[in-house]
Amino acid sequence: MPKKISIFINNKKYSAEIGQSVLDIAKQNNIDITTLCHHPDIKVQGSCRLCLVEIKGKKGLHTSCNTQVEDGMKILTDSKNISRAKQINLELIFSEHCEECGDCIYSQDCTIKEFAKKYDVKITKYEDRKKGYPVHKFGPALEFDTSKCIDCGLCVDVCKKEGVDFLEYKKKGKFYEVCPSSKKDKDCIYCGQCLTHCPVGAFEGVGEFEDVDKYIDVKGKTVVFQFAPSIRSSIGEEFGMPVGTVVTGKLIAAIKALGIEHVFDVCVGADMTTMEEATELIERLEDDKPLPMFTSCCPAWVKYLEFYRPDLIPNLTTVRSPQVIMGGIIKTYWAKQMNIKPKDIIVVGIMPCVAKKYEIERKQNYLNGMKAVDQILTTRELAHLLRKKKIDLASIKPDNAKSPLLKPSGAGVIYGSSGGVMESALRAAYKKMTGKRMPKLNLKEVRGIQGFKKAKIKIAGKTLKVGVVNGIANAKKLLKELEKDPKAYDYVEVMACFGGCIGGGGQPVPINDEIRQKRSAALYNLDTKKVARSADENPIIKKMYKDFFNDDKNRHSVCHTSFRKKKKEVFPKK
Amino acid sequence: MQKNTRLATRQENIIAKLKQADLRGRGGANFPTHSKWQMFADVDADKKYIVANGSEGEPNVLKDGYILKNHPEVLVEGLKIALETFKSSEAFIFLRRDYFKKYKKKLEKLIGDLPITVFREHGGYLSGEETVLCEEIEKNLPARPRTKPPYPGQVGINGLPTLINNIETFYYVAKISKNEYKKTRLYSITGKTFYKGVFELPVAWSIKKILTATKALPEFDYFVQVGGGASGDILLASETTQQVSGSGAIIIYDKEQTDPWVLMRTWIDFFMNENCDKCTPCREGSYRILEMVRDRQFDKKVLDDLFFVLENTSYCALGKSIPLPFKSAIKKLLAHTRN
Repeated sequence: MPKKISIFINNKKYSAEIGQSVLDIAKQNNIDITTLCHHPDIKVQGSCRLCLVEIKGKKGLHTSCNTQVEDGMKILTDSKNISRAKQINLELIFSEHCEECGDCIYSQDCTIKEFAKKYDVKITKYEDRKKGYPVHKFGPALEFDTSKCIDCGLCVDVCKKEGVDFLEYKKKGKFYEVCPSSKKDKDCIYCGQCLTHCPVGAFEGVGEFEDVDKYIDVKGKTVVFQFAPSIRSSIGEEFGMPVGTVVTGKLIAAIKALGIEHVFDVCVGADMTTMEEATELIERLEDDKPLPMFTSCCPAWVKYLEFYRPDLIPNLTTVRSPQVIMGGIIKTYWAKQMNIKPKDIIVVGIMPCVAKKYEIERKQNYLNGMKAVDQILTTRELAHLLRKKKIDLASIKPDNAKSPLLKPSGAGVIYGSSGGVMESALRAAYKKMTGKRMPKLNLKEVRGIQGFKKAKIKIAGKTLKVGVVNGIANAKKLLKELEKDPKAYDYVEVMACFGGCIGGGGQPVPINDEIRQKRSAALYNLDTKKVARSADENPIIKKMYKDFFNDDKNRHSVCHTSFRKKKKEVFPKK
Repeated sequence: MQKNTRLATRQENIIAKLKQADLRGRGGANFPTHSKWQMFADVDADKKYIVANGSEGEPNVLKDGYILKNHPEVLVEGLKIALETFKSSEAFIFLRRDYFKKYKKKLEKLIGDLPITVFREHGGYLSGEETVLCEEIEKNLPARPRTKPPYPGQVGINGLPTLINNIETFYYVAKISKNEYKKTRLYSITGKTFYKGVFELPVAWSIKKILTATKALPEFDYFVQVGGGASGDILLASETTQQVSGSGAIIIYDKEQTDPWVLMRTWIDFFMNENCDKCTPCREGSYRILEMVRDRQFDKKVLDDLFFVLENTSYCALGKSIPLPFKSAIKKLLAHTRN
């Protein structure tokens, strides 16, 4: 048990534990302290020098983030000197941040602008030091505008925590700068955690926000939108709704208000992924094919394997990700129903992810020579587009459209959370292997936002060893276990982003564990309310298998992909 | 048991001797060595590290190089005493790159079977900072300072207690142990004099006395920078009755012929090149000082602001130390100019 002590903040007594920081106690007690480089996901940086306090008996000012509490410590969070130092340090921070407020992920809620107001900061006191600094492009997924970077270090550390370690400090002239690695054996996997952890918007998705309305109105084309499982419990935040609010009906209504007639739910594609993946799992278990089978619906994880561990490519399931399958269904099955030529359809996907911008470009995901999905807008980008068109998601009347391609099973919905793919596939595999519905549908062992989950699941007399990880660092731990014991797992789900897609690089900011938890819980809650809990119970899936996917050629071209060893694609811009 | 008792006695003896000699850290911080050793002895751990710090990164400080060249056996002797004092310990001699190249072989010969590794520094000036040194030995590069506390004496290299003393400190530990310490220290004298060099003279002597004894006392109107060639304080000829602070460097300047702006430029260039750019005031503040020095004009209010955040909010001692030489130079050397 850690020792309990008392400290005093602004003359009020608070209890604390040895080992906690002054900032920890202030945050616990809702005492306002200015922080910029502090992120609950990442170890303390101590770089911005804004969270200043005075401590009785200790000279000068101290940063609360890396000052440990001591018994009887007397702390002031406000004084003339504190305000003065914050103001000066903020002026210096602004001197390295070239503002581009209109095109910034924080345009709605900018922390430094708020601080500037509070501390009477003259943001143009110094000339911009970083004017003309390079913009690094990370494939078709991300951009890093170094002229906005304030050198806080969060992106470097989150990339390290992710297990990729692609961002590094490099000395250029007199300054160290954050830079993509030029090393041959390192590459970006496009997860976008740098973006969601940057406090000042130095990272953005490619096309964010300038391309948001590129396909809204294209003459002679039918533009359709599809939205990923996790969007329904996250986009509300962009419109001031409480974290974890489910807004499926409002989302459909808002997209339709953009003039888009046809809207699809990628969860239906997820149900298709589940069916195919369950089949492949059973085949692998029976036919002595490479095990464990790895999920492949996270493009950042796929990129990781293709670049860093191509030896493991045979373990990836060949089933396409839900959004690619859904795009395929739209451009084949639905196109035929509607009597529209596939090439006249433009599919825009609303994704929680910047790596999906890369996934749609992969030739292996094409469909009869064309892209299955034509454009990706992140959750943030769709919100921006709606705001631009003056559509308020919060107040719009929900559209409860009943189209079958908007009706997933509960299993399709939970794809958005770490463990969801695994649970969905196991529900379907159970049905396939036993002919019965899984008796215990809620696989609590694989749920939750923790990084590494393991379970043993009994199906038809077999015990399946499954692993569910989020964050590549955890995937690497699992791969280490496999080196020691190749039979440690039969089936493994990997999501690059912490908590799964609900914590994706395309999701609203800020992000932390509490937010991840709420977004995730909302999805599991939706699952329990569905009649069809398993993909195989979804009527439209049954119908498509009967009418369309009974043809193996259709099934293969829409539902399956391939992988290839990759060379480094991202280099620092000179 | 008997062995432990003997070890404890040896520990008590050497620490008592260090206390009696009033040896203080010669890296520049002047911290009582016996206190550091006592605190290190009091930490319970299965393994401990000892480091002789030979980073010597500040301009015009030459004393560690002098010991490495002339008395490396005394340094190794000092480390041997520390290794015998602290059970299950292992040592490093942490050297700037040129020292490593020059003295590695010689040191290794003297080290023989002792558990001492000669380590090549990766960075520059900042690598001498204790926590940065730990990061470098752990190969976390580019190394940046860690939050203190915990101090390396509690949590240092690989999470283990680490005793870090300057090379000169270990040199004197050996002397004290053999009862040969005569309360001296090493002074590096450079600048405008024919009598440059490293001199071993009493701690208690004033700057003037040292300059006189070494024949370096100028006949022209001069000032000195004392402690180090970047962070050291500026003292006019009339102020040389004080003792030398910091790492024992005295740099002599011709007052008439020295352009203070050029001098300040060398300091700020040095700080900007050597800092780690981690924290806002040091990274951005030093750059804005450079701009003003380059333009040979200080905006007093801006400069006051920058000094304020450097002194009060820098992450480590490097940033905190930047204002001092500028403040004294402005007061003493620029007093008659319009700034």
